[in-house]
Amino acid sequence: MLKIQKKQGVSQEFDALLRILSVVVALIAAGIVMAFLGYNPIELYQKMIKGALGTDFNRAATVRKCIPLLTMSLGVSIAFKMKFWNIGAEGQFYMGAFGATLVWMLCPDLPIYVMLPLMALAAIVSGGLFALIPAILKHKLGTSETLVTLMLNYIAIKWITYLSLGPWKDPGEGGQAKIYAFTENARLPEVFGVHIGWIVALILVVAVYILMRFSKFGFEIAVLGENPDTARYAGMNVTKTLIIAVLLSGGICGLAGMLQATGSEGRLGDNISAGLGFTAIITAWLAKLSAPMILVSSFLFAVLLQGGSSLGALTNIPASVAETIQGIILFFVLASEFFTNYKIVFKRKEAKK
Amino acid sequence: MMEFLDQLSLFLQSTVQMGTPILFGTLGGILNEKVGHTNLGVEGMMLVGACTGFMMGVNTGNPVLAVLTAGLAGALCALIYAFITVTFMGNHTVTGLVLTIFGTGLSSFLGNMKTEVINIIGTLESKPYTQVQLPASVSEPLSDFSVPYLSEIPVLGNMFFTQSIYVYISIIFAVVLAIYMKRTRFGLNMRMIGENPAAADASGINITAYKYIHILIGGFLCGMGGAYLSLVTVDQWKENLTAGIGWIAVALVIFATWDPIKAIFGAYFFGAMQALGPKLQNATIPVVGHINSQFLDMIPYIMTIVVLIFITLRKKKEYQAPAALGSPYFREDR
Repeated sequence: MLKIQKKQGVSQEFDALLRILSVVVALIAAGIVMAFLGYNPIELYQKMIKGALGTDFNRAATVRKCIPLLTMSLGVSIAFKMKFWNIGAEGQFYMGAFGATLVWMLCPDLPIYVMLPLMALAAIVSGGLFALIPAILKHKLGTSETLVTLMLNYIAIKWITYLSLGPWKDPGEGGQAKIYAFTENARLPEVFGVHIGWIVALILVVAVYILMRFSKFGFEIAVLGENPDTARYAGMNVTKTLIIAVLLSGGICGLAGMLQATGSEGRLGDNISAGLGFTAIITAWLAKLSAPMILVSSFLFAVLLQGGSSLGALTNIPASVAETIQGIILFFVLASEFFTNYKIVFKRKEAKK
Repeated sequence: MMEFLDQLSLFLQSTVQMGTPILFGTLGGILNEKVGHTNLGVEGMMLVGACTGFMMGVNTGNPVLAVLTAGLAGALCALIYAFITVTFMGNHTVTGLVLTIFGTGLSSFLGNMKTEVINIIGTLESKPYTQVQLPASVSEPLSDFSVPYLSEIPVLGNMFFTQSIYVYISIIFAVVLAIYMKRTRFGLNMRMIGENPAAADASGINITAYKYIHILIGGFLCGMGGAYLSLVTVDQWKENLTAGIGWIAVALVIFATWDPIKAIFGAYFFGAMQALGPKLQNATIPVVGHINSQFLDMIPYIMTIVVLIFITLRKKKEYQAPAALGSPYFREDR
């Protein structure tokens, strides 16, 4: 007879192997689906990899996709470690980009070395404060943060849409609802063909890793996530830890918005995140909230997304094939989690006396 | 004055029309949450339903088949969700989000595939579904029809009696669901699973079967809700047709405090907010002044947060979420 049992701790090697295996199986399954729909899966994958990594131009595009994804993923990982389900990365991203743009709108003539740090600071503050709303509601009243952060995403996006249609609309763009494009003193400089957001993101990987792994504060976040009561008994200031962690989480997501607006896009708009705030949740979760692994998972997803969009540009296969494959991979990984927590044992029926 | 009443009557009519897909999604969400599963995949299931229903409508010209396909496609997506969260005990939040990403991708992918249609000059032409119109044999039976006499009631006539049959089906579903939940043994068992799965298990209820069935029916309703958009509202398929309606539905489950009858009113309330937007685009209202439609679009989301706060403040039992919501049930943990 088959029986399911709970496992007592699994080795990291087993865990990693399982994830890799489930991704491979998922790619095969996605290939079968594609073949069923009349596409050659091997050719499809080849084209996607070429489209993401084939030329300098494509590689730059992949890195540009990776920057906001990686940054937001690091941001949400801090909140997730605390079991604070911040799925509001989208909203914090837009409010961050809004805060940064506000600085530029108010004092447009600052020199670049004052302008950019000031914009980054404004982005971190506005993203962080936006994330603080659900944190306070949860802490004071026990309101579910999942739904509040979700709703705030839409409110933030509508706010940007409003700005682009009304107060901040660039009349020079004719009928199009576009916000003024940044002047040169508010654009991120480029290093190796990509805006310096990639350096910022890499620094953040190291910083978040050290913070979560080696600092007292990171330890407090982990304890708070595991068991709030333990944290309280141990004499931690739970409120303070929660507030700082959420401010950090939202602030990093806000910074991602500033990097995207001033780096890749050149202007604020209501579609500059391209839904990456949701993908970031998944890359963080896939990496088990470990900063170095988030770097890996974000890069792989950037390859997948860029591969998909170049497919859309070069062939008649829609770019959404990437999202579909992404979904299939995740379904397999989600299901594979089962085998890290449980095992199936065969049990013989005992003979009757 | 007469003109104002006509306008009001049309507005109320479109309130119900905008609210109907939301209602379907909400009912689907209620079924999921009542067996203890937070399903954030509503948006994805609605999109897949909208797309597949439309494709079936174009290919067969049969409205019944189109609607059924939409529902089955939604249920199939829900099956993936149920398989991962019930059998494999995966994380509900992440699985639901993935379902939405998957559904968005799949529907956009399928909808961009080519189909053969007969064009104006009578030859076969290959076009993606995004550029195809729904055949009249599908759209006409589903379009609005006026119930004689009743639809002539001033102001409210159009709202209740000049609607697509689809609208009446959604209301029937809501009422049936309410009776099922409150008046039948199966409904009671279902609610028990959401509140205390261990106790339900001990009293001999087959938890896995209940969860699968309710999640699948929930998916069916979401799929149908999506197809309302592609078969009734616009008669065509466009990428991301639902435009966030699925998320409103997720919120509305809470807004309606898990009650199907309240869900009807909630859905029409949010429908009114959506119908109001375009009408007030350029209107100036006394006292308030010029209202921007983006702010009106925000109202459903702001209202949901307000309601969430209200629910958490009022600790009345019947307004609370099912106690076991979001936690996987593993028998040996009892």
